[in-house]
Amino acid sequence: MADEVVLLDTWVSMFGMRVRVALAEKGVNYDYKEQDLKNKSPLLLEMNPIHKKIPVLIHNGRPICESSIIVQYIDEVWNDQSPFMPSDPYDRAQARFWVDFSDKKIYETWKKMWLSEGEEHEAGKKELISIFKQLEDALGDKIFYGGDSFGFLDIGLIPFSCWFYTFETYGNFKMEAECPKLMAWVKRCFQRKAVSNTLPDDKKVYDFVLAMEKILKNK
Amino acid sequence: MAENDEVIMLDFWLSPYARRVQIALEEKGIKYEIKEEDLPNNKSTLLLQMNPVYKKVPVLIHNGKPICESLVVLEYIDEVWNHKSPSLLPSDPYHRAQARFWADYVDKKIYDNAMKFFKTEGEEKEDGKKGLIEGLKVMEEQVGGDRTYFGGDNIGLVDVILVPLFSWFYVYKFTNNLNFVSQESFPNLFAWAKKCTERDCVSKCTPKEQKVFEHFQQRNLLNSDQ
Repeated sequence: MADEVVLLDTWVSMFGMRVRVALAEKGVNYDYKEQDLKNKSPLLLEMNPIHKKIPVLIHNGRPICESSIIVQYIDEVWNDQSPFMPSDPYDRAQARFWVDFSDKKIYETWKKMWLSEGEEHEAGKKELISIFKQLEDALGDKIFYGGDSFGFLDIGLIPFSCWFYTFETYGNFKMEAECPKLMAWVKRCFQRKAVSNTLPDDKKVYDFVLAMEKILKNK
Repeated sequence: MAENDEVIMLDFWLSPYARRVQIALEEKGIKYEIKEEDLPNNKSTLLLQMNPVYKKVPVLIHNGKPICESLVVLEYIDEVWNHKSPSLLPSDPYHRAQARFWADYVDKKIYDNAMKFFKTEGEEKEDGKKGLIEGLKVMEEQVGGDRTYFGGDNIGLVDVILVPLFSWFYVYKFTNNLNFVSQESFPNLFAWAKKCTERDCVSKCTPKEQKVFEHFQQRNLLNSDQ
């Protein structure tokens, strides 16, 4: 059966990267369409009328929105190999909990730190480090969050790693010093082609953020 | 699942998030015990131990192991007790994705804005009101006609997630400040909520309107617009 799979995305989005890693892990061929979020395409507005955001997966003409929902959908449809979800319901609940935690906390806290100064900036930085420390604790001594296999929570979190250089530079700290176990997990993830071939270069991400900052400060 | 499962819910009677979990347990006929928390100022050691990340209710404790965040708990209940109907999620992956999408929308657009409206003042309260109305308008289109429930013919994830907030909306009968959320402005939603609360399992989990109103009054949440 010839599936038609299209992904509406932007190269720098941590949330879009989750979907790209998931599709790569499953070996699914898809048509990638880079979106201009300052000038949203009719296709994006039609496929995600509620949020008008990326990523959107379009499978045989039907849209699926919200990155963690898309990753679960991919796992359920292409279920013949590389399962993302743990088999035990309790472990699945833990994986969903921490993906939800990362959704709620990481990007919002980064924004608090990004363009702020002084006390506000320091508070944002402290909170961001604390979030990653909590995620590191949740990993424990496992190889991956999924145990022996790379799973839903690994996919949910690994895209943030290409933003670490940006977080470190703006926050003046080193992830290696604050969360060494998490960084070891990042290295293990990068041994997988689905991750190393998908995630953009972290300096490229930083240059993008720097450019965004210039634009915002000139407004 | 063994019938000597120990299922405990850390609860607060007013929390619509906790009501979601209780409705799911009732609908599935699962035996459970409620431990009521004295919120907000006197959280139990058990709550802090079982939910160290957020320190909030609801927490489901199943055979000693905690599960937190109501949406996560609902999917857990649906998976563990998958032999008990109703199924909260459909079996088809596309429809599951749709149900999860709407559940997430209800949480972010409706609940977050409702909490802003009820718990803040001034501009933030106005933002909350605006967002809440927008969200309810979208949900109003999703139900009614031949769609009895958001889940279709039977109660499902989105129904269980949305309906508890209506026990807060019914307070509009006692005050003018909530007159933007009414049977007149959202006929489909109010008809749907009535259908849900007529189910024994849901009605058992719905706090009395008077009690909710008195609680809001005591905490000055129903003052006239500033």
